[in-house]
Amino acid sequence: MNSIKLFKLVGNFAENKDIARDIRIKKIIPAIEKGEEVTLDFEGVNSATQSFVHALISDIIRKFGVDILDKIYFKNCDETIKKIINIVVEYMQEMD
Amino acid sequence: MKLHLPNSAFLGNINPFLRAFNSSAPNKLEITANKRWISVHPVVLSMIAALALTIKTSNIHCEKLEAASKHYMERMNLFKFLNIKSDIEITEHEPAGRFVPLTQITNSNELTKFITEMIPLLHLEPKQAEPIRYIVSELVRNVLEHSQSEYSAVLCAQYYKKSNTIRIGIADTGVGIKATINNAYNTKTHLEAIRLALMPGITGTTRREGGTEFNAGAGLFFIRSIAKVNRDFFMIYSGDAMYKLLKSTSGKHIELHGDPFKDRHSKGEDYPYWKGTVVGVDISLDATKEFSLLLDLIQETYIKTVRERKKERYRRRARFI
Repeated sequence: MNSIKLFKLVGNFAENKDIARDIRIKKIIPAIEKGEEVTLDFEGVNSATQSFVHALISDIIRKFGVDILDKIYFKNCDETIKKIINIVVEYMQEMD
Repeated sequence: MKLHLPNSAFLGNINPFLRAFNSSAPNKLEITANKRWISVHPVVLSMIAALALTIKTSNIHCEKLEAASKHYMERMNLFKFLNIKSDIEITEHEPAGRFVPLTQITNSNELTKFITEMIPLLHLEPKQAEPIRYIVSELVRNVLEHSQSEYSAVLCAQYYKKSNTIRIGIADTGVGIKATINNAYNTKTHLEAIRLALMPGITGTTRREGGTEFNAGAGLFFIRSIAKVNRDFFMIYSGDAMYKLLKSTSGKHIELHGDPFKDRHSKGEDYPYWKGTVVGVDISLDATKEFSLLLDLIQETYIKTVRERKKERYRRRARFI
């Protein structure tokens, strides 16, 4: 299991989309392509923007399909972050 | 170009200030001011500073300010942006002064640093800070990603004790919303482009639902929603069009709409031409709803709007001949 601790990369407010894209490209996708599971650990992060979460996971859902969510775990998310992740996951299931 | 700093210009009464903006002669900037008292929303200062960045210093003329509030303009860094020596002496900011002076943000890392430093300047509690840093992040990233402005984003913010409100203004002198939205759509007017930009799931990067890997078309919808739920003003001005979300009546149930024209608003498309985009927003700290509750409403409206749009797009009707 690959665990990615986001606080070290983004601080307590996850808003930098460039960093989100780097995490996706350099850490999440390679692990998924190897068939591994990934944990995104939000410990210490107390808020995130929809843009950040979109840049982090939307392209993974688009490329691998929504079932990829069975291989991604979101850990230590507070209520706000859970809701933002849910918004992105929900609208990505409406994608063309 | 000519701008007049009036006695008062806040989002509720900003229309005369915008209408008085003279956008002719874009190589010159002339600023005049009310002689007695100037009390303006941060968005006014952001607009002036954004324009000043595009003009040679020698072509900027600012009438000598006589109003008592000239010290405020100095503290907000207005004269630094105008590159004009004001001769105004100021003492370092008082404890009551809760403001973020005019700041130019040119890249992603500067934005991250700015947000970190902004919250202590405004003396905000965590619950209050959440929507404000959210709004600043999304608005500035929009400018950095879409405006194509050589001068990026200029913003400032101010806390108003009497109304217990944070007011934020951000301006750019880029291509404007219509040009950005028209990368994927075909809007005929600036107002139509603003309307689309404020809807959930509409981005200038693609017409595909779900957006691209980097853009979903949700940022401005979130900000409009935060203002709506908190019963605050939100104003966006680009090209010759201005849309203003008006304060919702207190006591009434708040309902979010995907279409900004269904909210209580005012709008116009006969304003002096602003090359770029200007956004002003008020966040009342008394009324700040729990951010997570607000997200429930946003999610519901977002998904409903996207589904309706898809249904409309794929709907087939019987053809009778």
